[in-house]
Amino acid sequence: MAVTHDLDVASIRADFPILSRRINNSRLVFLDSAASSQKPKSVLEAMDHFYKFSNANVHRGAYTMATEATDLMESARSKVARFIGAPSTDEIIFTKNVTEALNLVARSWGGDNLGPGDAVLVTEMEHHANIVPWHIMADQKGFDLRWIPITENGHLDLSDLDRLLDGVSLVSFTATSNVLGTINPIRHITDAAHAAGALVMVDGAQYVPHLPTDVVELGIDLFAFTGHKMLGPTGIGCLWGKSEVLEAMPPFLGGGEMILDVRKDGFTTNTLPHKFEAGTPPIAEIVGLGAAVDYLDNLGMDNVRAHEVSLTAYALRTLEERFGDSLTIHGPSEPASRGGLLSLDLAGTHPHDVSQVLDQHGICVRAGHHCAKPLMRALGVNATSRASLYVYNDESDVDALADALEAAKDFFAF
Amino acid sequence: MPGLEDLYREIILDHYRSPRNKGELESPPAHRAEGFNPLCGDEIVVYLQVEQGDDGTEMVSDVAIGGQGCSISQASASMMSSAVKGKTLAEIDDITRAFKAMMSIHEHELDGSETESDPAPEVKLGDLEALRGVVKFPVRIKCATLAWNTLAQAVDSDPNAG
Ligand SMILES: Cc1ncc(COP(=O)(O)O)c(C=O)c1O
Repeated sequence: MAVTHDLDVASIRADFPILSRRINNSRLVFLDSAASSQKPKSVLEAMDHFYKFSNANVHRGAYTMATEATDLMESARSKVARFIGAPSTDEIIFTKNVTEALNLVARSWGGDNLGPGDAVLVTEMEHHANIVPWHIMADQKGFDLRWIPITENGHLDLSDLDRLLDGVSLVSFTATSNVLGTINPIRHITDAAHAAGALVMVDGAQYVPHLPTDVVELGIDLFAFTGHKMLGPTGIGCLWGKSEVLEAMPPFLGGGEMILDVRKDGFTTNTLPHKFEAGTPPIAEIVGLGAAVDYLDNLGMDNVRAHEVSLTAYALRTLEERFGDSLTIHGPSEPASRGGLLSLDLAGTHPHDVSQVLDQHGICVRAGHHCAKPLMRALGVNATSRASLYVYNDESDVDALADALEAAKDFFAF
Repeated sequence: MPGLEDLYREIILDHYRSPRNKGELESPPAHRAEGFNPLCGDEIVVYLQVEQGDDGTEMVSDVAIGGQGCSISQASASMMSSAVKGKTLAEIDDITRAFKAMMSIHEHELDGSETESDPAPEVKLGDLEALRGVVKFPVRIKCATLAWNTLAQAVDSDPNAG
């Protein structure tokens, strides 16, 4: 790993206006960045500035502001391309979120390539966004959906991978589990999939915000992530694909922007990336995403990762010391093989009740099934409380979480 | 800002820790329905033994509750089971409407209107009154009403179907 330096969390916190808010007379302890992160001033100001000074539609006008708006959008595209190591800016397709990107691939690539006798391989730890689009297409096209199971300690069970891959046309899996925190062996799965003649799609929603990403190094074919989990605004996500893969895919949504010509008897699609960007894009959100990428670049993704590994280690240690067997933490126990999100199960309490007590202490965690019901079934639980860590969290947040969990335990103790 | 004690009244915690009528009834003959809260994954199974009295009125002679969930959904189900046992279907309908009114009257308060009226005066909600505080925590209303929606489904279900 590269040489890293510690994040200056105090100065980072000062960049996030919302973190000075108080909740129920306590300081806000935001531990739900895996659902949606907070936004630094620079992102808010970039969006505000766009609306105040450069607002115009893109790719459509010759006047100064229209050119400015187009330049702002395209420079954000370049930033995103660089951020994930994409060889070409044209391979960056803006979508509403990762969900839309996955649906785009399922509909467009899946619609063209899948039928009876074919199979798509997913994993038991997928978010619904990487399950339901395949269910929908499978209902229409009659292909099979196969599942890589998980092991007891929350890793993918790859012992039977070659057999599972036999006859599969696409493997689609998450880089990091949004429930277990597991970081999956992307390169290993990708190599096996390619050897079996399958294409690889990766859901990077919980990965891109937290680790240095290089899609070329990962060897994958298609990749998606979502802006609002990486300090950017809601309403903007991204699909990356190898040019030759994207070129071969039919358009998804039809309308303005995605065409070169429209006649009474048909249309000609535009070139990449516009082919997949029908209609007026969320320009301000794209500008905001560009600013978020700048912010993360400035911190350095190696430093972000190092910060989260050490904070996760501290959290695992602290919670284990204070709660022992009465607190189950799902997923891998080694901080190096997981992201900074902890799914918790406090004996004798229900996650909804725990999150309610935590809220009284100003602590935000997510309670529920985390849009991963097949995984919850595999784990044999209905819900968990999930605390997730990011660049603005430090050990004091973990301590506050532990104190509030103690209070919840006392409150519901039988 | 409402505090935890508004939500978790002692009687609620008591029903949560010692749920009444927990278990299963053989179905058929019992009516059976399952309810899910898709937001949190809570699930409740309601079993009702419905019998016809001499005068032709139908009454619930036995009830059982299965499934799992948070303290509010479990306590609400437990209290509901006590409230409906031995009651006629018409009485159960009244209790259900009174309970839902208690939940939704306060929902209106969230819109800024100050009106607060008591549920239909002829229906005594008893322990269920303790759930009144739930309306101050809007996301939890679904937890409290899950058992009741499932109860309505169980009443309507055909025990011999399926
Ligand atoms: C792994 C994973 N995939 C997909 C999503 C969906 O993200 P979005 O709602 O932004 O499309 C999420 C987050 O909710 C996630 O954690």
